[in-house]
Amino acid sequence: MGFLTASLVEWSRAQFAMTAMYHWVFVPLTLGLGVVMAVMETLYVRTGREEWRMAARFWMRLFGINFAFGVATGLVLEFQFGTNWSNYSWFVGDIFGAPLAIEAILAFFMEATFISLMFFGWKKLSRGAHLASTWLTVAGATISALWILVANAWMQYPVGMEFNPDTVRNEMHDFWSILLSPVAINKFSHTVLSGWVLGALFVTGVSAWFLLRRRNTDFALRSLKVGTAFGVAASLLVIATGHGSATNVARYQPMKLAAMEALYDGYEGVELVGVGILNPQKESWDDGVQPVVGRIAFPKMLSFLGFSDFNAFVPGIRDIIEGGYEMPDGREALSFEEMQARGRLAIQALAEYRSAVEAGDAAAAAVHKEELRRNYAYFGYGYLETPEALIPPVGLTFYSFRIMVVLGMWFILLFLVAGFCVWKRDIARQRWLLWAALLTVPLGYLAGEAGWVVAEVGRQPWAIQDILPVQAAISSISAESVRLTFFIFLVLFSVLLVAEVRIMLRQIKRGPDATVPAGTIDKPEK
Amino acid sequence: MITYSFLQHYWWFLISLLGGLLAFLLFVQGGQSMLFSLPGNDGQKKIMLSLLGRKWEYTFTTLVTFGGALFASFPLFYSTSFGGAYWLWMLILLSFVLQAVSYEFRSRPGNVFGTKTYDIFLFINGLLGTLLIGVVVGTFFTGSDFTVARDNITTVGAPVISRWGNAWHGLEAVADPRNLCLGAAMLFLARTLALLLFINRAGDEALRARCRRGLWCNALPFVVFFLVFVVWTFLGNGYAVDAATGEVVVQRHKYFLNMVEMPAVGIAFLLGVAGVLYGIVVSLACAGVRHGIWAAGIGTVVTVASLLLTAGYNGTAFYPSNADLQSSLTIFNASSSFFTLKVMSVVSLLIPFVLAYIVYAWRYMGPYENYRMGEML
Repeated sequence: MGFLTASLVEWSRAQFAMTAMYHWVFVPLTLGLGVVMAVMETLYVRTGREEWRMAARFWMRLFGINFAFGVATGLVLEFQFGTNWSNYSWFVGDIFGAPLAIEAILAFFMEATFISLMFFGWKKLSRGAHLASTWLTVAGATISALWILVANAWMQYPVGMEFNPDTVRNEMHDFWSILLSPVAINKFSHTVLSGWVLGALFVTGVSAWFLLRRRNTDFALRSLKVGTAFGVAASLLVIATGHGSATNVARYQPMKLAAMEALYDGYEGVELVGVGILNPQKESWDDGVQPVVGRIAFPKMLSFLGFSDFNAFVPGIRDIIEGGYEMPDGREALSFEEMQARGRLAIQALAEYRSAVEAGDAAAAAVHKEELRRNYAYFGYGYLETPEALIPPVGLTFYSFRIMVVLGMWFILLFLVAGFCVWKRDIARQRWLLWAALLTVPLGYLAGEAGWVVAEVGRQPWAIQDILPVQAAISSISAESVRLTFFIFLVLFSVLLVAEVRIMLRQIKRGPDATVPAGTIDKPEK
Repeated sequence: MITYSFLQHYWWFLISLLGGLLAFLLFVQGGQSMLFSLPGNDGQKKIMLSLLGRKWEYTFTTLVTFGGALFASFPLFYSTSFGGAYWLWMLILLSFVLQAVSYEFRSRPGNVFGTKTYDIFLFINGLLGTLLIGVVVGTFFTGSDFTVARDNITTVGAPVISRWGNAWHGLEAVADPRNLCLGAAMLFLARTLALLLFINRAGDEALRARCRRGLWCNALPFVVFFLVFVVWTFLGNGYAVDAATGEVVVQRHKYFLNMVEMPAVGIAFLLGVAGVLYGIVVSLACAGVRHGIWAAGIGTVVTVASLLLTAGYNGTAFYPSNADLQSSLTIFNASSSFFTLKVMSVVSLLIPFVLAYIVYAWRYMGPYENYRMGEML
C-alpha cells in the first residue's frame, strides 16, 4: 500500500492521468464513429436508399450514448488545470488558456447545437439540412480536438512565447506559430486519425457480431464495407503521421525517443527494437548493463524513423545526460549538470531582477534580465536535483510504444483482410475473421491509451518541455485531498463506465431496426 | 485606439455577460431540483425532463466556456481560485459530472442503476450546482483566504505562487452567511426561472397550475435572500484599488458607490431586478400570462452581469484576499497579456455568429412541444 503515501505531485499526476485516460475512452469513438455515420447518411441522401438511413441512425444512437460521458470527463479535465496545476495555470495560462477558450466558443457550442438537431431533427429538417447538422456535429468534435491538441502540442514544443519577468509568466507573442507548429499539426492529424481507426474498428467489430449472430446481415455487410474501407484509409494515414511524430520526437524530445527505445547509449545507424524485454538487471542509466534482452530489431530503422537517414546518430539516455553530441540544429548538447546550472542561473537572475526592480535599481535590473534571457531555455532544469529526475519511466514508455505499434500493424492487416473478404468473398462464412474483428475492438482502445502513455509519460518530468517540470507546476493543496478526489473520480467514472458499456451493449443487441417508441414521432418525414 | 486597459475591461464585460447567461441557464438545474416535488404524475415529470433535457448542454457548455474564458483572460484567478478553493470547485464539478450522463442514461435499457438513481443525480446537481456557484460568486464580494506571491517561483523547493490560507480549501466559503445568502438566492432564482419556463412551454394545463402555485414558495425566498445579500453588500465594505499605486484598500459602501459612479451599470442593475420581479409578479397575478420567463430571464442576465461588473470595474478588486489585502486580484493584475487579449478579442467577434446559428437552428426546428424525449431512439 505504499502508493497511498505518494507525494502531492504523484497524486496530482495520477488524478490527471486517470481523468485523461477515461476521457480518451470516449473521444476517439466520437471522432471516428462520427465520420462513419456521416458518410452513411451522405450515402442515404445521395442514393435515397432507406438501408443507409437505418444504418446511419443505428450508429448515431451509439454515438449519442458515448458522447455524454466524454462531455463529463472533458469538463473535469479542463478544470483540473486550475485545481491541481495552479502554478502551471499562471506560468503558461497566457498561452494555454486561449486554445481552451477558443475550443469552447467555436467547437462546443457547434457540437451542442447540431448534435441536438441531429438527434431530434429527423422529422423536422429536410434531408439536406439534417445531413449538414450531422457533418457539423462531426466538424465540431474535430475542431474541439484541434484546439486541445494544439494546446497539448505546445506543452511538448513551446514556441511563440516569451517569458515576462515582471509578470513571472510566459506570454504569447505569435499565435500562428503556436497553431501551425509542426508538432501541433502532426499531433492533431495523428490523434484524430487514430480516433478514425478506432471508429472503423468499432463499426467492423460490431458488424461482425451481427454476422456471427446471423442477423441484420444486410446492415452488417453495408457497415463492414464502410468500416473496412474507412479503416484501411485511416490506418495508412496513421502510419504516415506516425512517422512525422517520430521525426518530431527525435528533434524536439530526444529523451522521450530514448525512453521509447530503452536506448541508453546512442550511436549512428540505431536499430529499432521490434520485440524485446527490458533487462531487470538494469538499475541505473550509467551501469553499462544491456537494457533490452531477447530482442528482435530492425537495423538502422530508428535512425531512419527519427531523422530520415539510416546512419543518423540517435542519442541515448546517457548521451542526453552527459551531453557532448551534436544536436539536429548543429549545436553541441549540454550535459545535465550544465543545463541544471544554467536553469539555476535563470531562476537566480529572475529573483535578482525582481529585487532590483523593487529597489528601483534599473541598471542592475537590466543586467539580471539579460542573464535571465540568456539562460531561460533551461529554466526548468533548475528545479531538477539529479540526472535521474530527467529520465521518464522507461518501462512504461517502452512497452506502451510497442503495444501501440504492434496493434496498429494488426489493425491494418485486419482491415485489409476483412475488406477483401467483404468485397470479394462471403465474409459471413469466415467466422474466425468475424471473431477476430469483434475481439479487436477493445484492442483499439488499448492502442489509443498506449499512444497517450507514450506521449505523456515519455515526456516526464516536464509539464512544459524544458521550462516547467511537474513538481513546479502543482497547486498548494494536501496530497490527502487529491488522493481523496482521485478515488472519488475513479469510483464515479468506473461505475458510470459500467453503466455506459451495458447501455451500449443493450443498444447494439436491439439492432438497427429497433422501433421508435410509440407516440414519439409527430410528423411524417420530409 | 485599443489599449490594454480597454481589453481588460472588455474581457471582464464578456466574463460578466457569460456569468449572467450562466445564471439564467441554471434554470435547468432549478428544474432538476424540483423533479421529486413539482410533478403530480409521471406524465408531468416527462414533460419537465423533455423541456430541460434539450437545454442542459447549453448550460454545461456555458459553464465550460465560462471556465475557458476565465483561464484565457484572467489566468491568475483561474490559478488562485481553482487551485485554492479546491473542494468548493470539486463539489461543483462532481455535481455536473452526475448531470452530464443522467439525461442520456436515465431512460436507457441496461443503465445498471435504474431511472430513479439518475433522477437523484439530476436532483443533486440541481441543488448543489446552483447553491455552490452562488457561494463562489459571493466570494467576489466577501473575499477569500489566499495569498499571491510571484517571487515564490524562484524558491526551488516551494515554487507555488498562489496559496490558500486554511485547510478547508474553499469549504469555509459555505460557512459565510453572506455567501450562503447568494447561494440560496441563486438556487431559488433557478427554481423560479424553471417554473416560469414550464409555464411558458408546457402544454399540460395541470402542470402549469402547479408551477404557478410553486412560484410563491420559490420566488419569495429568492427575493428575500437576494435583498439581504444586496443590502448587506451595499452597506458593507468593498475592496478598492488605487489607480496610481495599485494598492488595495477597504472602502465603506464601495459596491453601492460603484453603482452610483457607474450609472449605466446601476441603471442596468435596477432594470434587471425590475425585469425579474415583473416576470414573477405578472406570472403570479395573471393566470393567463405565460411570457414571464422572458422578462425574468433577460432580467437575470442583466442583474448578474451588472453585479459582476460592479465587482470588477471602477477600481475594484474582483477577487479580494482576506489573508493579504495586497494579494487581491483585479482585472489589471490578473489578466492575460495585451497580445493574448487581442487574439481572444478577435475570436470573440465570432460570438454573435455562434449565437445567431443557435437561434436560427432552434427556430428552424420549430416549437419545443412538437418533439419529445425518446424521439432519437
